[in-house]
Amino acid sequence: MSAETSGATAPSATPRSGPSAGTVAATAALAGVESRPGASKPDAILVADDVVRRFGGLTAVKVDHLEVQRNVITALIGPNGAGKTTLFNLVTGFDRPSSGTWTFDGASMSGKPAARTAQAGMVRTFQLTKALARMTVIDNMRLGARDQPGENMIAALVKPLWVKREREITVKADELLVRFKLDHLRDEFAGSLSGGQRKLLEMARALMSDPVMIMLDEPMAGVNPALTQSLLGHIRDLRDQGMTVLFVEHDMHMVRHISDWVVVMAEGRIVAEGPPETVMEDAAVIDAYLGAHHDTDLGDDALLADEVIHNLEHEAEAEEENR
Amino acid sequence: MDWQRLLTLAAAELIAPQTAAFALAAIGLNVHFGFTGLLNMGHAGFMLLGAYGFAISTIAGAPLWLALIIAMACAVVFALLLGIPTLKLRGDYLAIVTISAAEIVRMVGRSTLFTDLTGASSGIRGNTYKSTFQALSPLPDGSTTIGPFTYGNNLSNGWWVRIAAWAIVLLAVLFIYLLMRSPWGRVLKGIREDEDAVRALGKSVYAYKMQALVLGGVLGALGGVVYVLPTSVQPDAMGRAMTFFVWTVLLLGGAATIFGPVLGSMIFFVTLSIVRTTMREVLPPDVFSPAQIEPLSGMLIGIALMLLVIFRPQGILGDKKELTFHVR
Repeated sequence: MSAETSGATAPSATPRSGPSAGTVAATAALAGVESRPGASKPDAILVADDVVRRFGGLTAVKVDHLEVQRNVITALIGPNGAGKTTLFNLVTGFDRPSSGTWTFDGASMSGKPAARTAQAGMVRTFQLTKALARMTVIDNMRLGARDQPGENMIAALVKPLWVKREREITVKADELLVRFKLDHLRDEFAGSLSGGQRKLLEMARALMSDPVMIMLDEPMAGVNPALTQSLLGHIRDLRDQGMTVLFVEHDMHMVRHISDWVVVMAEGRIVAEGPPETVMEDAAVIDAYLGAHHDTDLGDDALLADEVIHNLEHEAEAEEENR
Repeated sequence: MDWQRLLTLAAAELIAPQTAAFALAAIGLNVHFGFTGLLNMGHAGFMLLGAYGFAISTIAGAPLWLALIIAMACAVVFALLLGIPTLKLRGDYLAIVTISAAEIVRMVGRSTLFTDLTGASSGIRGNTYKSTFQALSPLPDGSTTIGPFTYGNNLSNGWWVRIAAWAIVLLAVLFIYLLMRSPWGRVLKGIREDEDAVRALGKSVYAYKMQALVLGGVLGALGGVVYVLPTSVQPDAMGRAMTFFVWTVLLLGGAATIFGPVLGSMIFFVTLSIVRTTMREVLPPDVFSPAQIEPLSGMLIGIALMLLVIFRPQGILGDKKELTFHVR
């Protein structure tokens, strides 16, 4: 993040630096896509059709058609109760739909259990972080890896069968911990980490399985502003490394800042889609947010200017010291 | 007061077959609760099934190895029956189902329905199923004195059953050590912490929970077999109270530790012996009759368990840090 911020000196709304290669590629890929709900994408990795979830009389989700483009960052936004997290749960197998089908990478995933979905390469994180508190950070990471023969009960008894793979996993885990600046906490219990560190750990743990697509449920909730910047950097890195990112978020600044495509949900339906710069002007979106944010600037880039960020970082540091 | 007698009686509990039996059962419960987070409130059911399986098949003419396999198979079937409907639900349901299922096993065992097999409420006499085990003893007949302990070599409550029981305990400890340092054990601990997180990482949580339930149940059944070898099969001696004793043993030693169940079992029975003997010696018989001593010591154990959970929830061997984090 420091490399990016150092280049920009102009105040307020100008972009902080030149867009990364990933952003350019993603913008190019999405160039011809119409800004309308259910728009078809040139290379969709996740395609959902007629997904409906009812809780008694309430229809929480009713998505007619949704396509998520491969290798871009797609944001899923909407007011509280719009059904974003429910849709997440359905697609990742944590909840069963009343009806509907979806495919991931060409293979049907509807009705598959959560573990199978994750094995297929669609790995998620949770809104309320699920760090495995009474396990060490490194064990949290190791648990994320796949193809560990020692996870079979019989093979587990014979160490030579799994020790080689364990070494590979540990090397990889340590690399990721360095990348996410958690290496100094390696042998701490995950329960002793701060909220933001847990978010980082959860994201790093999800990466242990080399996912094709990573789904982040409110990655910024409860994270201090200084850490927000590094999280944003990490999310962009994921895309630049070839992963597809889909995230649910309330923080409009963040959405505006890093997403390549925005899908807006309200009352269980998809009401708008489009690039982040224009989608907020869509009448349906204004309607969905009316009351709460109608007249406020939902995507005020001024808040992301260097000065503000530096101030926030100082504040956060001061806070750390005071503790 | 005869201190030497008191200490000898207490020390004898350290190597008693009953202590080994509870250690084994607690090792099984540790797989359930300590490592996987499964609330099994009917562990005595597994033990009783193991005891019945062993005794009945031996009486029917099965050799020792087959009787042991049948005892373990009973536990496997019981675990599957309990697990299939409940392991997909929240943890509390398993607790409810196990406590009632264990009672069902005991009730069916003591009912007159299968008197030919189970002997109803009077149970199965020890002499009827001990022969195959006793025949295996390499020890010469007679008795041996080691330190303050004198037991018959091959008597039903003698050295042979002690050696065999503690050998099984050692094997079980080794087995659990090997499993829990492995990635398999890591998945179990992950499930204990948060099922959904483990599911999101692509592990089949249901299969792992089932494996843990079966494994812990089999160890419980072995504990049941060891428990009845020096005595007899008494369904009413293996009811709810026994389940809670196993819990006490586990929490005392420290859940999620390797040696905790063994240490817990030793401390539990030594303490129980000291409390009983002291009360018999100290309390005047006209205030407390000997018949009241037993329930009174049970009450003291109950209080001890409460104090333990309040002031030292991690047990004796547990890691204090591991319990400082209250998840959920």
